[in-house]
Amino acid sequence: MKSCLVVDDSRVVRKVARRIVEDLGFSCDEAENGQEAYDFCSGNMPDAILLDWNMPVMSGIEFLEKLRAMDNGNSPKVVFCTTENDMSHIQRALQAGANEYIMKPFDSEIIQSKFTQIGLLSLSE
Amino acid sequence: MNIINFDLYKNLLKEKSGLILSEDKSYLIESRLTPVAKKWNYDTLDAMTSALQGVPDPKLIEDIVEAMTTNETSFFRDTRPFDIFRDTVLKYMKNNRGSKRLRIWCAAASSGQEPYTLAIILKELAAEFPGWSFEIIGTDISKDILAQAEKGSYSQFEVQRGMPITLLMKYFTQVEDRWEINSEIKSMIKYQPFNLLDSMASLGKFDIVFCRNVLIYFDQETKGDVLNRIKNQLESDGFLFLGGAETVIGLTDAFKVVPDKRGLYALTAGPHFGEGSTLSSQALA
Repeated sequence: MKSCLVVDDSRVVRKVARRIVEDLGFSCDEAENGQEAYDFCSGNMPDAILLDWNMPVMSGIEFLEKLRAMDNGNSPKVVFCTTENDMSHIQRALQAGANEYIMKPFDSEIIQSKFTQIGLLSLSE
Repeated sequence: MNIINFDLYKNLLKEKSGLILSEDKSYLIESRLTPVAKKWNYDTLDAMTSALQGVPDPKLIEDIVEAMTTNETSFFRDTRPFDIFRDTVLKYMKNNRGSKRLRIWCAAASSGQEPYTLAIILKELAAEFPGWSFEIIGTDISKDILAQAEKGSYSQFEVQRGMPITLLMKYFTQVEDRWEINSEIKSMIKYQPFNLLDSMASLGKFDIVFCRNVLIYFDQETKGDVLNRIKNQLESDGFLFLGGAETVIGLTDAFKVVPDKRGLYALTAGPHFGEGSTLSSQALA
């Protein structure tokens, strides 16, 4: 089973995201901010990371830059999932190594379509 | 909605658009036509229905048909057909066409997602097709929806359904809370209103026709008729794409299934694809 780490400081968003990724067949872990996500990845690199931008302690973009510098840190597919929806934020995320970008609000169809595009899910026939 | 009124709409739609309104879809009458009634200053849907029993304004009928025939769509809808378009059909054309010119018809262009998806794919492949020209014609029965397609402006929600973020950044511009497709892509497509029940001759010949998720709304006879007329507009080695729930089988002998390429059809009289075909191994990847 593929694993997905949901990183968001909102418990409600984590809960919604967990339900969606579990329905898509992923096991799910949660982190409340970038630091927690970084600590988690140091021990156990997930296949996918759904990543909020604005969080206390460590932001999503800072986490992503640190993640990509880690050993094996290029292996997880990282999908930003944030209310930041302007082109400069998206550009910056892609430069830092994000694989996809979701502008909140999101639904299961959007997550499924993004996960499929970056090869986390195979196409259903 | 009582039976008599249901039949009135059912017959009207069948006659004007070929659309078959089954009884389990009767709820659409209320949800989609209430705004039309309002636009035409009828107090209620019933008042508009009464007016339809007299001699209605043809423009009102046009509005009703448009409202009832507009369907959901998204960029890269179903993904696979676009992979087949790129990896199989375009490769075939590249290897077999001397003319370096392709005409593509999106027969149910709706709000533009399908033609824009094709245009973006062609743009991305431009380096592999030096000197080629591509013409995409997008038609739809609904003028309103084509006006939206021409505008090429989409909500954040719409662009996130299927459009990869890198392509969004490359080919769209953010205008306040909307995303507008760039003019280099827009200029690749010509839109024009067209009813699939009408004569197709004026549209000219095409190399590739996308007619996805339209036939499902027609009865068997109309499906066969539309397919037979599309045949006349297709070059002898052209291709037809149908929707995932559609087929040519049992409807017409004019088309054959292209093996292992779901949703892709070729003319029965055209080149042989699949096993034993000299084309299959090299030209059809």
